Amino acid sequence: MTQRIRLAALVAAATTIPAVLSGCAASAGSTTDSHKLSVVGFSVLKTANEPVMADFQKTSAGKDVTFSTSYGASGDQSRAVIGGLPADEVHLSLEPDVSKIVDAGLIDSSWNQTPTKGILTDSEVVFLVRKGNPLGIKSWDDLTKPGVKIITPNPASSGSAKWNILAAWAHVSGQGGTDAQAQTFVDKVLHNVVALPGSGSDALSSFVAGNGDVLLAYENDSIAARAAGDDVDYIVPDDTLLIQNPVALTKNASSAAKDFLKFQLSTAGQTDYAKAGFRPVVSGITVDVPGANDPSNPFPAVKTQFTIDKTFGGWDTANTKFFDETHGIITKMIAGLHVGS
Amino acid sequence: MVELSTPAKWALRVVVISYVFLLVGWPMITLIQNAFSDGLGNFQAAFSDPDVVHAMIVTIEVSLWAVGINTVFGVGMALLLVRYEFPGKRALSALIDLPMAVSPVVIGLALLLVYNGRTGWFGPTLEAHGIQVIFSSPGMIMATCFVSLPLVVREVVPVLTEIGDDQEQAATSLGANAFQTLRRITLPAIKWAIVYGVVLTMARSLGEFGAVKIVSGNLIGQTQTASQAVEQEYNNFSQGEAYAISFVLVLLAVLCIVVVSLLRPKEPSA
Amino acid sequence: MTTAVLGQDTRSVGRGRPGVHSTLTRGSSVGLGLAMIWFSLLVLIPLAAIVVTAGQHGWSGYVDTLKNPQTWAAIRLTVTQSLLVTLVNVVMGTLIAWVLVRDRFWGRGILDVLIDIPFAMPTIVAGLVLLGLYGPKSPLGINVANQRTSVTLALAFVTLPFIVRTVQPVLAELDTDVEEAAASLGAKRATILRRLVLPSLVPAIAAGAALSFARAISEYGSLVLLSGMLPYKTEVVSVRVYSFVEGGDQTAAAALATIMLAVALFVIVALDIIQRTVARRG
Repeated sequence: MTQRIRLAALVAAATTIPAVLSGCAASAGSTTDSHKLSVVGFSVLKTANEPVMADFQKTSAGKDVTFSTSYGASGDQSRAVIGGLPADEVHLSLEPDVSKIVDAGLIDSSWNQTPTKGILTDSEVVFLVRKGNPLGIKSWDDLTKPGVKIITPNPASSGSAKWNILAAWAHVSGQGGTDAQAQTFVDKVLHNVVALPGSGSDALSSFVAGNGDVLLAYENDSIAARAAGDDVDYIVPDDTLLIQNPVALTKNASSAAKDFLKFQLSTAGQTDYAKAGFRPVVSGITVDVPGANDPSNPFPAVKTQFTIDKTFGGWDTANTKFFDETHGIITKMIAGLHVGS
Repeated sequence: MVELSTPAKWALRVVVISYVFLLVGWPMITLIQNAFSDGLGNFQAAFSDPDVVHAMIVTIEVSLWAVGINTVFGVGMALLLVRYEFPGKRALSALIDLPMAVSPVVIGLALLLVYNGRTGWFGPTLEAHGIQVIFSSPGMIMATCFVSLPLVVREVVPVLTEIGDDQEQAATSLGANAFQTLRRITLPAIKWAIVYGVVLTMARSLGEFGAVKIVSGNLIGQTQTASQAVEQEYNNFSQGEAYAISFVLVLLAVLCIVVVSLLRPKEPSA
Repeated sequence: MTTAVLGQDTRSVGRGRPGVHSTLTRGSSVGLGLAMIWFSLLVLIPLAAIVVTAGQHGWSGYVDTLKNPQTWAAIRLTVTQSLLVTLVNVVMGTLIAWVLVRDRFWGRGILDVLIDIPFAMPTIVAGLVLLGLYGPKSPLGINVANQRTSVTLALAFVTLPFIVRTVQPVLAELDTDVEEAAASLGAKRATILRRLVLPSLVPAIAAGAALSFARAISEYGSLVLLSGMLPYKTEVVSVRVYSFVEGGDQTAAAALATIMLAVALFVIVALDIIQRTVARRG
């Protein structure tokens, strides 16, 4: 008898609790309310956006604005927005992820005709090493030394991983080398790779867990890792690729979205992003950045700065040339790489 | 009941305990160590965030729905498969296991192809009638049901087969109708199979990550689940909080099994 | 409600082709219908969408996918590792279920509780923890990170509960009178186990094995950190599928997914046949 009562209680609970809670888990709707703002961004932005949004809400334009946010891998987020995820603003790791949304008709093709060419935050490709840099890795050439174990995320499964490989290529091609020479160099680097994790965060976890000697990483991730107490150092090589994170408003974005974007590009907003480790896209930002190699001079100028436009002719060209599924140079190199077997 | 010789018994115990310890026990200890690395600090940091609490509630709610739906489907399907004959039965039986073989990316892709509100097969029609599947609770419940679909069925079918239908036939010949037979003979006989199936489904639903992530859109404070909150904390350099939330998820699943163990009538000593 | 027809020869409303035996009653037909509607909405139609997407460009989607050596290596790795792990689970799962049901010792309850944990642990955390214990910083000095063994380890972890939990209820339900009768007639322990107990467990083991294989070929989350996802060495099919999706090639992703569905169906059906053969002989 008691068994039946217990069973009945369980069933009753199982059916009423969801009914009660269904009020809480509201389903996502499109933000037609002009004071609601839906931001879709790449993973690390969660911590970076919090102070930016809080500061925006302190301004007169942002007073009554509430945010709905979603963070994840840049490619995943791009596909989600195309699949109908409500978004007023998208802030992703690299331009192709925004272009896909433009192609789906959700963002106007004039999105990057802005003073910053559609870019909101910058970073650099850097080397993350063990504390004290025991192997003395300073430059891209050091990566090809025998016995150096490299970790880099897999460009096939992570869009932002492409920055790393392109930076290695640019080390040769951007300094006068031919494509053939660049390919030889990148091939040597790839042969020192011991793991190709799926994303930048996974790569960082793999490195922190003891795999490899050097991680090809992003400066902002490295700064954040050090600020969080990880036992690592990062080296900004003399020549490297500038990482540019684009931002775009969707076609029916609310007016609050336009105000927010203006704030993000303002001194106040860019200072907040700088504190999170991102290089500002506007000039005149000076702030101490915890976790940087030198917090009072967090973003030293890179002696030889490559960019995707200058060095590679833009993302469309680079994507087709290097990462095309069947003919891409890097795709073929990784496919031809029988690592360790 | 056949009793093993004492050395065999001990050898078996050692083998089994070492295997489970190395595979699960020790990782579990590590999880606990990492979760409590800061005393209760990680838990306070994690659960003082209302979004994390909301994520936990979403996970529990979605899991309870998935458990309920899968139990009804599972028991019904098991009865149909074992006690009846119908054309296509063997094919159906094979198909029921299939959801387990689909990787999370594909589940998300499949559900998106059919139910997404812009270009899906059914999505636009459903949303025109006010039913949003993708990026909302129904989609998340469906994804969770998908990954745990065969569990109750596969628990109940072997037991149903093993116990045979003698008692059910006896009941029928004594005049019981189908419903009475079900309630009084069949269900009590498969009670523990159902319970194990429910516990497994609950555990699987609590821990589900990949498929639900794609279907939910990971909207913080709305459709984000606890496992997605775990990933988010870990991606944003808050490992302690990630472990704390994981610990609570595992604890919930463990509680289910503990409840089952307590409810089980004490077996007479051999 | 009409009386349930159970295994008797009385034909109810005959359905379908002559010669195909159906013992469904009105009530159970309705139940089957409802179940099939749900199953279609949840599983069949979405999987059909995958197959349709795979066939968008005819057979070239499948052919190109299989011809790609990296993808083929991933398929081989995934299937062989999953079969290996399923074999391990058949043995260990049955042994664990035996100890949980038929043995009695202090701590048995803890063992019972541990079994379901792989299900409840989010896969990223499972990966992180396994990496810490069996990676470069392993306290035991066992480092399997970025090697094939790591795939086996991660798969063994996530598939542990399957056979244990399918065998447990059957073992608990077994009629021990038959065993005692056999023992009193002089049968040896090994014979009883081999001839009486094991055959009764075969359906449960087969059911668990099918689930274990299916889950193993689809695993993604716990593998990514531990295995390093190196092409030809530790890259599994789910990683290739994700790469295709990330690269915008839905056709290839769907084609690869369909191929794995076919593989899974093959193994499921094979296990079903094996199970029936053993049951008939026993």
